[in-house]
Amino acid sequence: MITLACQIALVAIGLSVVFNVYRIVAGPDVLDRILALDTMVINAIALIVVIAMLFEAPTYFEAALLFAMVGFLTTVSFCKYLLRGNVIE
Amino acid sequence: MPIVAEFLIAALIVVGAFFLLVGSFALAKLPDMMRRLHGPTKATTLGVGSVLVASMAYAAVVRGTLSMHELLITLFLFLTAPVTAFMVSKAHILRDRPERAKLPPTGSEKGWATLDPSPGSTDELAGFER
Repeated sequence: MITLACQIALVAIGLSVVFNVYRIVAGPDVLDRILALDTMVINAIALIVVIAMLFEAPTYFEAALLFAMVGFLTTVSFCKYLLRGNVIE
Repeated sequence: MPIVAEFLIAALIVVGAFFLLVGSFALAKLPDMMRRLHGPTKATTLGVGSVLVASMAYAAVVRGTLSMHELLITLFLFLTAPVTAFMVSKAHILRDRPERAKLPPTGSEKGWATLDPSPGSTDELAGFER
């Protein structure tokens, strides 16, 4: 049953990534693209966790943690650059 | 594995994937930047939290050890999602002049999103108007 749930989740998360790619391509503003990239990072974390459950490989969680940190940092530094014209003042 | 735990974990995975899908669909569908912010910051965070809780329960049931990695990721995501939403909305208000004109007055001499320095700081970008 868990295998079936993981497969359903993989399909749903793949569809979510397709929606994010649509927003990255079509987004009228650069902030829409930043938000879509942030959402895509969250989807990637969920994908990594589901794959780790499906294949029973516990080493994937360090990758998920790194994704979370790097995604947050890139989003904040992008917004900081748009706000101030500079990342580190 | 007991059937109750298996059913619970499967339900958590499916619910989390559903919320991730709803958040991403809201990002693609909604017409406005400020309305688009709602999907990723609420629904997607809830969905990934549900998937991570399912993974934690799975590790506890299968291996018998409580895995703390997932809790760490959940905590980090739940702490950083509001900060991300705040930064994006602030940059949006600052960049979009018609959007800023529609907002009510703040009641002080400072605007909602400003390039003015914080009180007491010396900044070479002070007074820079876009």
